[in-house]
Amino acid sequence: MHTLKDCKKACKVKVTKLNAETELKQRLISFGIMKEAIIEVLEHAPAKSTIEVKVGKMRVALRAKEAELVEVEKI
Amino acid sequence: MNEIDTKACPVIANHIKVALVGQPNVGKSMLINSVSNAHLHVGNFSGVTVDKTEVLFDYKNFHFTVVDLPGTYAFTDYTIEEKVTHNYLCAESYDLIINVIDSTNLQKNLQLTSELMSMSKNMVIALNMTDEADKEGIEIDAEYMSALLGIPCIKVSAQTKMGIENLIEAVIIAFQTQDQERKLIFSEPVEEEIAEIVAYLEKHKYEAVNSYRNVAINLLKNNKKTYSKIHDNPIWTELQPILIDASRHIELHHDSDDIKEAFAEEYASFNRGIATEVVKQANKVEMKTLTEKIDNVLIHPVFGIPIFLFFMWSLFQLTFEIGAIPMEYIDGFFGWFGDTIGATIVNDEIRSLVVDGIIAGVGAVVLFVPNIIILFIGIALLESTGYMSRVAFLLDGFFHKFGLHGQSFIPLVTGFGCSIPAYMSARILKNDRDRLLTLFIIGFMSCGARLPVYVLFAGAFFSAEMAGNVLFIIYISGAILGLIAAKILKLTAFKGADEPFVMEMPKYRLPSVKLVWHTVLTKTMMYLKKAGTFIAAASMLIWFLSNYPHNLELEEQYGVKIEKAETKEQKQNLENELGVTLLEQSYLGVIGKFSEPIFEPLGFDWKMSVALQTGLAAKEVVVSTLGVLYALGDNVDEENTSLINAISKNISFPSAIAFIVVIMVYLPCLAASIVFTREAGGIKYFFYLLGFTSIVAYVLAFIAYNLTRALM
Repeated sequence: MHTLKDCKKACKVKVTKLNAETELKQRLISFGIMKEAIIEVLEHAPAKSTIEVKVGKMRVALRAKEAELVEVEKI
Repeated sequence: MNEIDTKACPVIANHIKVALVGQPNVGKSMLINSVSNAHLHVGNFSGVTVDKTEVLFDYKNFHFTVVDLPGTYAFTDYTIEEKVTHNYLCAESYDLIINVIDSTNLQKNLQLTSELMSMSKNMVIALNMTDEADKEGIEIDAEYMSALLGIPCIKVSAQTKMGIENLIEAVIIAFQTQDQERKLIFSEPVEEEIAEIVAYLEKHKYEAVNSYRNVAINLLKNNKKTYSKIHDNPIWTELQPILIDASRHIELHHDSDDIKEAFAEEYASFNRGIATEVVKQANKVEMKTLTEKIDNVLIHPVFGIPIFLFFMWSLFQLTFEIGAIPMEYIDGFFGWFGDTIGATIVNDEIRSLVVDGIIAGVGAVVLFVPNIIILFIGIALLESTGYMSRVAFLLDGFFHKFGLHGQSFIPLVTGFGCSIPAYMSARILKNDRDRLLTLFIIGFMSCGARLPVYVLFAGAFFSAEMAGNVLFIIYISGAILGLIAAKILKLTAFKGADEPFVMEMPKYRLPSVKLVWHTVLTKTMMYLKKAGTFIAAASMLIWFLSNYPHNLELEEQYGVKIEKAETKEQKQNLENELGVTLLEQSYLGVIGKFSEPIFEPLGFDWKMSVALQTGLAAKEVVVSTLGVLYALGDNVDEENTSLINAISKNISFPSAIAFIVVIMVYLPCLAASIVFTREAGGIKYFFYLLGFTSIVAYVLAFIAYNLTRALM
């Protein structure tokens, strides 16, 4: 199983499932991170604690811990 | 959330109340500013507006009330600011909604729009940032979009004030329209279920403010308000099984057990459809945007943090270096001003009140206006360029180790300007524990009002080349102390699970000169206004307390002695002695002497003790108190009248270090304490803060004092 956390810089993936609990899931969805969405990894913060991704035209920062809850597949 | 009582709207015929809604950072506040010439605070990160603000203006025959609501990504009540918006839209009375949209990112913005469409209010869509979209080669067919959604869509630009009049006209037309026919279309299975529920409601003639279609959508979305309303109706028993079936059908269709997720997908595909229809992108080639290029450098995993530290260091260098240039003139001006005014006043008492009290006190505070301006410009740039969110991104991992949230960075940095907006902006933190923790730490970020104290002491004890570095060290060590305090609090008082960190990184924007100028001007004027009112009054009070009660006997005694004195030097020494003795037996002297034993272990004389106590009212008063106290006790030496010299002459280096430590840590000013208490949610938190900061300040100052003494 692949999650957003494992993705390297400049890698493009498609979201297959959100494993977050309701509240966080709503949060992710409101940022456009939902099933079928295409995500590109832009940058990692020092120590890979936080990652910056691009969803549509929006750039979103999220922690590695949250990125782990987003299942993705390579496209 | 749709069953809004429209009848509870007692407005006059030509009064229009508009709720301004949109996602964060789409320029809502700036739009209000251009519509009404108001001056709301604007920044380039989500969460500048954390509370609703009302702005009034007139256009033709209409009175407008525009309510600026905090930005919200979706129609939820997740964070406090989202709750403000959510509750306002659901429960307050207003006539219609202006939904502000960032034209450069239509599809994402429609997410909120489509959710708003199932409310019972008429809407107007403002396609903001049209100028920016033009530059990026994005063209939106506003007319087609209006037709598709059934909502008037108007192209505007808050920045260039384009289309503002069209927007107001459209609002007036929408206000006069009875029922807007909004077109929100879902996938076939959902439409089927909606049709079934609508048919049922029609059959039973259910009374609702909102249309049956919207009621049906809200029922399917598990909207609590709609449920609680229909729950009391006899039709509920029959409706319930229909709803359960419908939900199951939709969930099955979306292969999910979460109806909210299913609806999110429904909305997303609707929005995708609209965006594909109306948006024309000129050059489809995916080029690296400017923002991405800048980000490659600024949030670089290795260089990002050093670059950030360099920026901060430069800011404090500039604050001191450039700020010091006009200081001499300001100081000279107040000296001259005091002398000139003093010469016109015959009465000794009144002259002393005006010259040594008001002018010395206010002058001491005004002296630091240049420093304040530079600091505020720095913070305004940080806010308006979009760099703030980058730093939050860079520092989140680091902050997280100390139990803080990356987004805590935003209130913390705001705290360098003033603690009051910092306490307010802590609302962007969703979790109460995180928010409280951040609130407790904000005080460690030295606010602008404490800058004068630092500049004064740095100037008194360090060479001009070093003073900028000293300032930087003071601010950074304050921040580090804050982080350590956060860690301790997180391990003790605020234990609990960590909050997720999901945050938008806004596009970089070149800050408009006008905007920065305006922000800095307002803040500086506030500082000056405080100097003219509050500080002047405090200076008078301190003057009074330090001049009374008069001891005529003592004055006479010394008068005789001074008469008899032979050399000029002796005379001066005696005069000096008299001044000091008089000051010591004044009210303020008594207070200072009384509290001296408490501060003695820190190496403070009674004047410094008094200054710390008056500083509880406002930090600027620390400087003005010192100004008044040293102006009175030290008026002998004609050449060295400036406060900086008085400080370096009268205060030992270790005491000065301990004094700075106390200023860095102890309770913020009265106004900030009040806001803190309100934001934290109870007076008990104020006492926690008082206890916490006092103990930390005392212990650290004690250590600093003894350590410096040992090293010297």
